[in-house]
Amino acid sequence: MKVIVDQNKCVASGQCVLSAPEVFDQREEDGIVVLLTETPPEHLADDVRQATALCPARVIWVEEQEQKE
Amino acid sequence: MNTISAPGTDAPSAEVSDYPMPRATGCPFDPPPALYMRQAQAPVSRVRLWDGSTPWLATRYEDMRTLLADPRISSDSTRPHYPHQGPGPKERRTQSRAFIAMDDPEHARLRRMATAAFSIKHVEALRPTIQKIVDGLIDTMLAGPRPVDLVQAFALPVPSLVICELLGVPYADHDFFQSNSKTLINRDTTREQARAATQRLIDYLDGTIGDKLAHPADDLLSTLAERVRAGELSRHEAADTGMLLLIAGHETTANMIALGTLALLQHPDQLAQLRESGDPQLVASAVEELLRYLTIVHSGRRRVALEDIEIGGQTIRANDIGNRDPADFPDPDRLDIGRNARHHVAFGFGVHQCLGQPLARVEPQVVYSTLYRRIPTLQLPVDLDGIPFRHDALVYGVYELPITW
Repeated sequence: MKVIVDQNKCVASGQCVLSAPEVFDQREEDGIVVLLTETPPEHLADDVRQATALCPARVIWVEEQEQKE
Repeated sequence: MNTISAPGTDAPSAEVSDYPMPRATGCPFDPPPALYMRQAQAPVSRVRLWDGSTPWLATRYEDMRTLLADPRISSDSTRPHYPHQGPGPKERRTQSRAFIAMDDPEHARLRRMATAAFSIKHVEALRPTIQKIVDGLIDTMLAGPRPVDLVQAFALPVPSLVICELLGVPYADHDFFQSNSKTLINRDTTREQARAATQRLIDYLDGTIGDKLAHPADDLLSTLAERVRAGELSRHEAADTGMLLLIAGHETTANMIALGTLALLQHPDQLAQLRESGDPQLVASAVEELLRYLTIVHSGRRRVALEDIEIGGQTIRANDIGNRDPADFPDPDRLDIGRNARHHVAFGFGVHQCLGQPLARVEPQVVYSTLYRRIPTLQLPVDLDGIPFRHDALVYGVYELPITW
């Protein structure tokens, strides 16, 4: 899976860090999302999907492997 | 005001009843029966507010999330059809909006100046401080007479001490800001009372910002003062932000602690599970479930539609009965601390979702994992119907909670 985030629209709720701390972090100066890895390992996929579902600003997207060209 | 058609729901036939509606006698934890009925039969329908206006009310979980994340709806409290909660709350939102009642880009600009202090990492770093505060207050309670009012002795001081530390406000002033906050979050507060309380709090925060300009410290108000000095923030904006965080920082968590304790005492099996398990995962899950089950911000989220949205509405309220939607939470009226309730909307949804939510999670986590373990025989010395519930407050809870052990 490939993860994409939009820092411009992030509201720093922290929901993604709580869901998948191995994949998401927050900037020190304003809590805005930082992507630690674009392609997280399979065992973190559910956590990442939860982060996507819970993000209140809807700025996290996941491209599933099946959709690869 | 336009007459609004609502494809999919037969809005005109739904009775326009007064909002908010009363809860059922003997069911202090459940939303009003009239809201369950709407959720099942007329999930987006009109209600009548205190000023005679008749905005739309959304009651289903998915509708709420969709609406609250829609960029065509506005949080700007100065817009003509904004559904205010009462004359007092309207006055407050006119005098001191803060970013909670603004739209982007202003909202984002101001919110981002306050977010660093509430990041997961920063709040986790506060956990030992919160634990010390909680333990200290329990020591004092145990050494004192019983019964004791848990609200005054514990539930209010915990978040108040924490937010004072985080903002850099002297806790010695707590009587002052707690009594003014109480006025502002009461639905029946008059315009005059709200204007005076708002002014007192703004003056107080403005004075504190002034102190921080002269003597910066390691706290959030000093960070805001630094922005003022740099010309990035006006002094008034800084005071508005400080006031928002000060009020939001203690009124909400205080009620999660007191009402949460009462709910657990009414569900002894759940309380025993929580007390006997040392599992931080279960504690975290219990906090999410109580956030969902109690939904203390009980009078809904208010928005104005800037253009026609699906239902064609103009003014929209989304009520947090979404947290009791059986489509998203099986058996929604059951308190089950083991369920996965992380997707609740107790913190709202969309770009305005609660800024302080990491803190609003960690504080009750520390409390729920400590209070019942340290006072295992904690109990109510009165009947449930002897407890004064905060039906008239914008944040639900209890005014007093006598406990003994």
